Amino acid sequence: MVYLTRKAEFSASHYYHNPDFTPEENRRVFGKCNNPNGHGHNYTLEVTVKGEVDPRSGFVVDLKQLKEVMHREVLDAMDHRFLNKEVPEFLHQIPTTENIAIAIWQRLASKLENAKVHRVRVYETPDLFVDFYGEA
Amino acid sequence: MKAHLSRRYLFSASHRLHSEAMSAEENQSTYGKCNNPFGHGHNYTVEVTVSGPVDNQTGMVCNLVDLDGFIEREVLARFGHENLNTLSEFAQEVPTTENLCIQIYEIVQRGFPHAHLERVRLEETMMNSFEYAGKGL
Repeated sequence: MVYLTRKAEFSASHYYHNPDFTPEENRRVFGKCNNPNGHGHNYTLEVTVKGEVDPRSGFVVDLKQLKEVMHREVLDAMDHRFLNKEVPEFLHQIPTTENIAIAIWQRLASKLENAKVHRVRVYETPDLFVDFYGEA
Repeated sequence: MKAHLSRRYLFSASHRLHSEAMSAEENQSTYGKCNNPFGHGHNYTVEVTVSGPVDNQTGMVCNLVDLDGFIEREVLARFGHENLNTLSEFAQEVPTTENLCIQIYEIVQRGFPHAHLERVRLEETMMNSFEYAGKGL
């Protein structure tokens, strides 16, 4: 088994708000991230796929295809967007880094041929990142 | 759904690698420059990884305010701008980055109740780092 990782960057804005919470509760739990006008990050996405090396091509996965799928499924939907308002997953779910990693996994997992997604890592800043391995 | 959350923190400290169990020559040959009796310092980066189910109400594995507050209080305030050799944790053991990594793991493992600790990764410089994920791993 060989693991291959491809990186991409996207910039987006978001805010954290749970409609079931009171305004005080939202402020207490989410702090500065509760500002309804949103704030932004430069996210770095790392997608790690795993598979056997194809004896004919020497590839685990066609990098060009992986890049295209990442662009089509993730960057086209999230780059330069207000996640809460423009990305369907986050109309009713808080776009925390945890939920962004899970949403990206779900967008990619069924779209890749010959390789399985091993890990989705999303950096919100260089000092904060989330890993999702598809665990229930 | 279970996710892993990692957070990186910086602190600076000094140390000297020297073992009482070794002769002066042995210390010198084992630790080299790090055996300088006056010590030397590093900017350490500690990367803490916790895991758990993503809470339906908050979308979080754990609230970063809790994690940041804990690490600030229990790790950064304890080790930041200290000479590690003078601390009780290192009265009996050499303050290598391996041992410091284990100490930090034990502190978080013992005291942080809001998520499961997966591992602690400690960078001594940009070129070397150490990871500890508990006994037996």
